[in-house]
Amino acid sequence: MKKHPLSTEINPSRRRFVTGLAMGGVLAGFGFKSPSIFAAPSQVGTPELSGNEFDLTIGKQAVNFTGAPRYATTVNGSLPAPVLRFKEGETVSLSVTNTLAEDSSIHWHGLILPTDMDGVPGLSFDGIKPGETYNYQFKVNQSGTYWYHSHSGFQEQTGLYGAIVIEPKEPAPYTYDRDYVVMLSDWTDEDPNDVYAKLKKMSHYYNFNERTLGDTWNDIKEKGIDATFQEREMWNVMRMSQTDISDVTGYTYSFLMNGVTPADGWKGLFKKGEKVLLRFINSAAMTFFDVRIPGLKMTVVAADGQYVQPITIDEFRIGVAETYDVIVEPEHDMAYTLFAQSIDRSGYARGTLTPDYSLIGEVPELDQVPLLTHGDMGMGGMDHSMHNMNSSGKMNDAMPNMADSGKMDHSMHNMGSSEKMDHSMHNMGSSEKMDHSMHNMGGSEKMDHSMHSMGGSEKMDSSMSSSASGMTKHAETEYGPHVDMRADNPQYRLDDPGVGLRNNGRHVLTYADLKNLNPTPDPREPTREIDLHLTGNMSRYMWSINGVKYSEADPIQLEYGERVRINFVNDTMMNHPMHLHGMWSDLETGDNNYLPRKHTIIVQPGAKISYRVTADAKGKWAFHCHLIYHMLGMFREVHVS
Amino acid sequence: MKYTMKHAFVFTLATLAFQVEAGGKDDPLLTMVTIDQLEKRDASPGTPLAWGVQGWVGYDLDKFVFKTEGERVDGETEKAELQALYSKAIDPNWDIQFGVRHDFYPKPTQDWAVIALQGVAPYYFETDASFFIGEDGQTAFRIESEYEMMLTQQWVLSPEIEVNLHGKNDEEREIGSGLSSIEAGLRLRYEIKREFAPYIGINWEKKFGNTADYAREEGEDTSDAQFVIGVRAWF
Repeated sequence: MKKHPLSTEINPSRRRFVTGLAMGGVLAGFGFKSPSIFAAPSQVGTPELSGNEFDLTIGKQAVNFTGAPRYATTVNGSLPAPVLRFKEGETVSLSVTNTLAEDSSIHWHGLILPTDMDGVPGLSFDGIKPGETYNYQFKVNQSGTYWYHSHSGFQEQTGLYGAIVIEPKEPAPYTYDRDYVVMLSDWTDEDPNDVYAKLKKMSHYYNFNERTLGDTWNDIKEKGIDATFQEREMWNVMRMSQTDISDVTGYTYSFLMNGVTPADGWKGLFKKGEKVLLRFINSAAMTFFDVRIPGLKMTVVAADGQYVQPITIDEFRIGVAETYDVIVEPEHDMAYTLFAQSIDRSGYARGTLTPDYSLIGEVPELDQVPLLTHGDMGMGGMDHSMHNMNSSGKMNDAMPNMADSGKMDHSMHNMGSSEKMDHSMHNMGSSEKMDHSMHNMGGSEKMDHSMHSMGGSEKMDSSMSSSASGMTKHAETEYGPHVDMRADNPQYRLDDPGVGLRNNGRHVLTYADLKNLNPTPDPREPTREIDLHLTGNMSRYMWSINGVKYSEADPIQLEYGERVRINFVNDTMMNHPMHLHGMWSDLETGDNNYLPRKHTIIVQPGAKISYRVTADAKGKWAFHCHLIYHMLGMFREVHVS
Repeated sequence: MKYTMKHAFVFTLATLAFQVEAGGKDDPLLTMVTIDQLEKRDASPGTPLAWGVQGWVGYDLDKFVFKTEGERVDGETEKAELQALYSKAIDPNWDIQFGVRHDFYPKPTQDWAVIALQGVAPYYFETDASFFIGEDGQTAFRIESEYEMMLTQQWVLSPEIEVNLHGKNDEEREIGSGLSSIEAGLRLRYEIKREFAPYIGINWEKKFGNTADYAREEGEDTSDAQFVIGVRAWF
C-alpha cells in the first residue's frame, strides 16, 4: 500500500482520460441516482442511464489514451458507453441514432430477445444507416450483468461497448452493500483495418515474446540437447510458435478498466467490512484477461449474468465477451489492486478498490510468459501438463465430485446393461481424462458406442486416448491450405484453468467449478448432436468452422423447440470464445441437473467442450468466435424454424 | 516477351476478379512489398548495390506476385531480373507459382517461363524453389532458403543459401551447365520495428564448373566474400 502519487481523481483533466469525457463522466456518475437496490453510487467516470426509455447516440469522440489523440466510436460521447440499468420484467425502449459516416448497430450481448431486436446487420435487421435512428424495444426477461456493443465492422475495437445491469425481480440470492461494473477492454491507436491487414501479412507481428536463442540455450542447459530438441520438434515441424497466445498484444494495446489506462487506474470506493459486488465484463476485441485481487478472495456468484453456486477463488480467466459477478469483502482499511493481466502477459488493466481516493494498491508483477503445450495442440496424452493433470491431487479431488453427480449416474444408466461397461467404469475411475469424456457420454449414442469399444479393450487406460482420437473425425473441408492443424486427440479440459494458469499456486476458477444455482431449466436430453470444429490457418490468418468460412457456409438449421448438443473441437492453438445469440448455452460441466447457462464459452486450444441448446427462439441468429479479427470467418448463421 | 507478360497480367487480374466475388469481408484485397535485401557490398573490385524485392497483391490463397533481384556496380546494372507470377496456396505452408521472368541484364535480355514452390519448410526454413525454361531452350533451377534465428525479440540472425543450376552452356552470358553457383549469406538485423531493420552481414559467392571456367577466362575471381550493409523493410 502506498500513497497515490498523483491524487488526481477529483481533477477532471487527467491527461490520459477521454478528452472532454472525464468531467462529464464524473458528473454523470455522481448525478444519476442509482435504483434503490444499489446501496451506494457506483460508477465514477462512466455515466449511467436507467429507466425504461433510453436515447443513445453513436458518434465519434476524440480520445487520448497513449499521448496521441485519436477518434473513438462512442455512445453519448462516453467510452465505455453508458451503463444501462434495466429492471427484469419491464419493457425497455432504446432509440439509437447513428451519427457516424458509416453503418452502425448495437447488439445486446447475452439478452434473450426477439430476433429483430438482436442488432446484427444482415441477420436481425439492415443495420443503422448514417443519420438514422433505430428503435429497439423488448421485454427484459432476465437479470444480471450483460453488455452491449456494435456488431458492425470493427467499431467494437474502437470503443463501442457498454455494460448492462439488470435488477432482478426476485431479490438476488446474495447481498451486497455496493456494486461496481468493471469493464475490461483493449484500445489501440491503430486503425483496426490496419491491425487486420498486418495480421494477414505477418501473423506474429504483435508477438514480442518469441522464443530466442537464449531460451534455447537455457533449455539445453536444463534439459539437455535431446530433450530440448524433442520438445520443440513438433512446433518446428508444424511451423507454429509456442508463444502464440494472443494475436494482438500489449505492443499496440492499452488495456483499459472502465475506460481508464493502467497508468491512471480506475478506482472504486468501499468501506471496511462492506460486501462489494464486482461485475466483471470482458469487452475487449481480442484480449483474454486473468483477474485477481491480491489480498482478497473472490466469490463467484454469477457467470454470464446467470447465478451459479457460489465458489470462492483467487483468480479467474475471463474470455472475450464473458462476464463474471464476484463478491469481495475487504476487511482492512487498505487499497486493493484489481489486476487483470492479459493472457499473454504483454500488459494489464488495473484498478483499485480503496477506502480513500488517495490510496492505491501495490501492483503485482506480470506472471511469466506462458508456453503452449502439446495438450494445447490437441495431442492430449503426450503432454507434460496433462501428466500433471492426471497425477495431481486436484484431479483426484475431482473424482469424488464426479461420482456424486447425477450426471455420472445417468451415464451409468446408459451403459448399465453391459457388464463390460461396469468393468470399464472402474478402470475409468482412475483416469481423469475418462472423467471428462464421461460428462459427455450421457445420452449420446456415439458415446455409448465408444464405451463399448473401450470396455472391450484390454489396454483400458491407455486406449482412452486412442479411442478418443478414433472418435475425432475431421470433415473433408478441414483439409487444405486454409487449415494448418487438426487436433488428433482433443481432451475435455473443463478443470484445466488454461495456458499460463496451471499450477500457479493460486486457486483458479475453471469451468468444472461452474454449477447453476437453479436446476437445469430444460432437463431434456439432447436429441441431436452438432459437431463444430474450430479451424484456421494461423500464419495465413484465416479462420473458419469445420474448415468453411462464413461467406461460404450454409446456416445451421435448428428445429423450433428441439434440444441439441453442440460439440466443439478446437483444431487451433488459440482460445476461441464462442458466442451463440438468442439462446442459452447450457455448458456441460459435469452435473446435468445444474448446468450453468452461458452466452459465451471458451473453447481452449486443442480441447473439446460441449453444451446444450434449446432452440426456443425463432429467427436468424449469429453464432461466432467473439475475437473480432476471427469472427469474419469463424462465424455461422443459426436458423431456428 | 511483352506479349507473355501482358497475358500473365490479364490472367492474374481475371483470377483475382473472380476471387473478389468468392471472398468475404474476412479476405480483403491486400498489398505487400518486402524489400528483403537492399545492400551495399564491399567487393573487389567496386561496391555493388544489390537488391532482392518481392511483392504481392491479392487474397489469402490467391495472389499476384512479383519478384525482382539484381546488382549494380559503379552505376552500371550487371544483373536485373523481374518475375511476374500467379501464386496459389496448395498447402497450409506452401504456394505454387506460375508466370514469366524477364532478365534485363546481363545482355542480351532473356525471357523465361517460371514454375515455383514458395513457402515455409519444417523447422521454419523459408524456401523458394524455382524452375525456369528460357526462350532459347535454356533451363535453370534455383533454390533459396533462409532461416531466422531470434537472438532477442529484435536482433535477428539469418543465414541463407542460394543454389543455381543450369541445363546447358550459355557462353554469351557466362553461364555453364550443371551446378553454376552457390551464394551463402549471414545477416544480422535489428528490427527497429517489424517493418524496418538495418543489417550488416557477410555474403559469399562461388562459381562452379563451366561457369567458373568462363569467369576465369574473363580474368574474374570464381569466389568472393563480401561484407554487406543494408536495410530490410516491408509495407
